[in-house]
Amino acid sequence: MDDLDRRIINTLQGGFPVSERPFLDVARTLDIGERDLIDRIENLLETGVLSRFGPMYHAERLGGGLTLAALSAPAARFEEVAALVNAHAEVAHNYKRDHDLNMWFVLATERPSDIERVLAEISSETSLVVHDMRKLEEFFVGLRFEA
Amino acid sequence: MSEDTPIDAMDRRLIQATQAGLQLVQRPYHQLASELGIPAEEVMHRLRRMLETGIIRRIGVVPNHYTLGYRANGMSVWDVPDEDISAIGRRVGALDFVSHAYHRPRHLPMWPYNLFAMVHGRTRAEVEDKVAAIADLIGSADRGHSILYSTRILKKTGLRIVG
Repeated sequence: MDDLDRRIINTLQGGFPVSERPFLDVARTLDIGERDLIDRIENLLETGVLSRFGPMYHAERLGGGLTLAALSAPAARFEEVAALVNAHAEVAHNYKRDHDLNMWFVLATERPSDIERVLAEISSETSLVVHDMRKLEEFFVGLRFEA
Repeated sequence: MSEDTPIDAMDRRLIQATQAGLQLVQRPYHQLASELGIPAEEVMHRLRRMLETGIIRRIGVVPNHYTLGYRANGMSVWDVPDEDISAIGRRVGALDFVSHAYHRPRHLPMWPYNLFAMVHGRTRAEVEDKVAAIADLIGSADRGHSILYSTRILKKTGLRIVG
């Protein structure tokens, strides 16, 4: 990754235009060619520096359900519990964290009412208490990383 | 999807066609238009409208923060008075090193924290410096905080919003 890649990443985190030739519009602000920009983005996606390029949708505004949940998996059962949680297609991310509540996962469902059902299933399958940490208010979702 | 969903059938097709990403061609919206059988102007109009209503948060790139060297991923959690949380949350969320900030419920007695702020750094020391800056900002309303580092990714698939 060189300086131009960094400039491209930092610029495109802020927003990509909706226009006839959006790559050309961005390329001009970076003072490079349209083809160069497209090739660079393609390369950054292929090498895994970028995990995505496109519209970021807001799940709840589309009518879906989304929550963060946490549980305390006993060390001896950690792998078993992780497998039971991950087996649910609605579990989008799952992280091990260094706390008594050591497993934190994000659930995305097509309907908001499915959240409670899936959490109840996980609780019953694992025999563990699942804490629903659903958001009450969102202050900022910037997702910006200085490259 | 629920019946009161703010999108119509064509929006839904547009979301399906773009949730894996935009194509890397000179005219990506024209490409989508020919796939969907509608004019490019309509594709752009629908995308602009979904940006305005917040259905699309933004169009752009998502870097893999691990690849960029941000290997310390700290979820800072705070116990602040409920009556002050909106004002505090907005100030914490406005910090440029906080990627997400949310008010979430406490689960007493084991979980007294009601404000979550994700802080990423190249090292844990960098995350701790940033968390100290948040503590300074919150001041005496900080009744206790903790940092939970992610120590392993157990699952990571993209959110598939429309099946």
